[in-house]
Amino acid sequence: MERPGSTRPARALVVSAFLAGALALFLAFFYFFGGWSLSAPADLVLCNGAELQTLDPAIITDEPAGRVAQALFEGLTTRNAKGEVIPGMAQSWTLSPDNLTYTFTMRTGAKWSNGAPVTSFDFLNSWERALNPATGAQYSYQLYYLLNGEAYGTGRITEFSQVGVKAPDDHTLVVTLVHPTAYFLELTALPTLMPVYLPTVRQYGRDWTKPGRIVSNGPYVLKAWRLNDYILLETNPQYYRPIAIHRIKVLPTDSPTACFNLFYSRKTDLIIDKNSIPAELVQDIKNKPYFHANPFGATTFIRFNVKRKPFDDVRVRKALALALDKQDIVDKITRAGESIANTLVPPGSVGYTPPQGLARNLDEARRLLAEAGYPNGQGFPDVTMLYPARGSVWIQMATEVQALWRRDLGISSIQLRGQEWRVYLNTEQLIDFDISLADWIGDYNDPQTFLDMFVTDGGNNETGWSFPQYDQMLQNSGTIRDPAQRMQVFHDMEKILVEDEVPIVPVYFWVGLSLYYPEKVGGFEPNFLDEHPWGELYIPEKAK
Amino acid sequence: MTALIFRRLLQAIPVLFIVVTLTFFLVRSAPGNPFSTEKKIPKEIMEQLETQYDLHGTILHQYEQYMWKVVHGDLSLSTQYRNRTVNEIIAQTLPVSMTLGSLAYLLALFLGITCGGWAAIRHNQWGDRGLMLIALLGISVPTFVSAPVLVMFFALYPLHILPAYGWGSLDQLILPAFCLSLPFAATIARLTRGSLLEVLKLDFVRTARAKGLSEDAVLFRHALKVAILPVIGYSGPAAAGILTGSIVIETLFGIPGIGPFFVNSALNFDPFMTSGVVLVFSSFLILFNLFADILYFIVDRRVKLE
Repeated sequence: MERPGSTRPARALVVSAFLAGALALFLAFFYFFGGWSLSAPADLVLCNGAELQTLDPAIITDEPAGRVAQALFEGLTTRNAKGEVIPGMAQSWTLSPDNLTYTFTMRTGAKWSNGAPVTSFDFLNSWERALNPATGAQYSYQLYYLLNGEAYGTGRITEFSQVGVKAPDDHTLVVTLVHPTAYFLELTALPTLMPVYLPTVRQYGRDWTKPGRIVSNGPYVLKAWRLNDYILLETNPQYYRPIAIHRIKVLPTDSPTACFNLFYSRKTDLIIDKNSIPAELVQDIKNKPYFHANPFGATTFIRFNVKRKPFDDVRVRKALALALDKQDIVDKITRAGESIANTLVPPGSVGYTPPQGLARNLDEARRLLAEAGYPNGQGFPDVTMLYPARGSVWIQMATEVQALWRRDLGISSIQLRGQEWRVYLNTEQLIDFDISLADWIGDYNDPQTFLDMFVTDGGNNETGWSFPQYDQMLQNSGTIRDPAQRMQVFHDMEKILVEDEVPIVPVYFWVGLSLYYPEKVGGFEPNFLDEHPWGELYIPEKAK
Repeated sequence: MTALIFRRLLQAIPVLFIVVTLTFFLVRSAPGNPFSTEKKIPKEIMEQLETQYDLHGTILHQYEQYMWKVVHGDLSLSTQYRNRTVNEIIAQTLPVSMTLGSLAYLLALFLGITCGGWAAIRHNQWGDRGLMLIALLGISVPTFVSAPVLVMFFALYPLHILPAYGWGSLDQLILPAFCLSLPFAATIARLTRGSLLEVLKLDFVRTARAKGLSEDAVLFRHALKVAILPVIGYSGPAAAGILTGSIVIETLFGIPGIGPFFVNSALNFDPFMTSGVVLVFSSFLILFNLFADILYFIVDRRVKLE
């Protein structure tokens, strides 16, 4: 057979002309649409978790966006590298003797990135905007601590002058609260209470957070933001103190593997988000110099639907709580050095001593289960355990919990039910489950952010549990001025919750995870709230 | 032919209409809320949000409002990315996917036809068997397996010659484009080989050889022209798939394309975003099938477009 080749020169010409044309077309396409210019150099590249839902501080609910907002905006208070509350836009403040009225004095010389001064009216108007139902701020309840805040936020009153915030002049903001709120200065550091520059918000409407339009008052300004691609931040020249790292590139990614590959190939300096670190790798990398873990104010727990059999019987709930081998779960499933939880409030709240909780006791568990009518799990009704189908940890944990209760109590009638995240949230809200896996991250460093979930018919109770004495104690705690006494009330409340009534079983406390080489990134300190403001970061001398 | 194109485009309208309608009702009837978070949202705020995003009232009312906007070219707002319209998101992400996709597509055609043709000429020899084994692997190994393996090999260990992740420079295109093209290239190779083997047995090939044409001329001027037909048929829908991105490749390589939205927008209960990407994909599918038909007509004179 004759080999191909006789007409090769002519054909090769046609083929290469075609390929060259296609390639030229492709390059042109890439140049115009592909974002050619984005390989902009940055002093620090970090992986921040999923793409942000919004950069409007009033509307933010997700943590990745909260972190960027903290770099762009600054509230009356802000946080340092240790996560402590420090003065931000407010230089100082005083608290009235009845613990109800804060008078903030604005920082002199504080400016927006366009040079306009930051005044107390900016806060007044921004808080009005966040509270106004028309804004649709999901976390507006964080302003319900203001006098008449809830009434305005739910549209019961329409006169904002009745709400407990006043600006007598440009430099003073007077805030009146409903109850003494020990953690109010933590709230003023949250995104919802950050100020926005109203003139541009009004001018551009929904588009005001776009680069080139957004005006901010924090350590950084927004230079670029391409969806699922990158965010570029640059230091705000108007900010009142110098910031060490000039340009930060933020990479959004949903894939922990991709994030880790980036870090491993030294294309990113810092991974902040726990969800951006592959859970299955933690065991292998936990002793590496770049792996950092710190206790974090969040708890994973199990909810019972106390309105349904057999969980209407406190003995059953207690038996399941006493039997659960939590150590097995943190050793086998989470594996990042989490500690087991016998209480809901994570250790680390200043001045708070948690109750003992129910430590593992199999004999007692079996006795209680038999007493409730299910000796060795016999006759235990068919129940389902709900878990969110996202990430690998939840399903593994559900399977493990199911197996542990079968092993230790002989209960073999628990079925698993995984649901997509938003379906799961819906099912939890409707309390349409028997057992459900859940978690809670504290908003601020105070036991109340955990304990107030379980008041009767509370929006986040989701167990059907109701205990009037508990409700009463929470209400009383709001009026107590002595911090020690207030903490004692919380101690007693938590005792009811996790020892006596047990509508929930705490399983483990979280750790915050981050990856970085200490010689390349400084100013990143472990803390309980996992708060690491980017304005505090620096590059150590020897890495330069 | 103009009449045919016109008629086919007209037919596309009811098809797209039905597709968007079905998507909208499916997404809206799922049990979940686009705005829900772990923390319960006050009733007043939820109502306000639903009003802002035209998700209040009966589902028929919502549908009516949405369709009215779609007819005017407005794909409404994303409920997940709260300050962005669906149009804006598609305008930013689709060109990225198309850039990567067009490169992968060219690569797939080039690799597929070359390998397929080569294998056919060496029918049942070692080269043929080896290539077809590789092609079978290419078809059966999913990209979520092949991509990490290639990343490990070329970006992490033992070689560090290509970036593992990101978008914006040409070297960042090589791995994702290659991974994306693999299954398509493999399918095209098998199609080309099979079809060419059939065609080489036909009478007109024997005639061409008998009249003394070189094997090269027989192959390229006569046989391949006929043998390419199934490839053209396949390449229409394949182009629609490859140009609108892949969730696996784009997530794994951090490419800011439209691919991930096909899955994530549904998981996020982002109704308008879901309908928007479905609309884009169906339009591409219809358009590229039409292209394939026209190409058929040009290449194969036996086909009459009616």
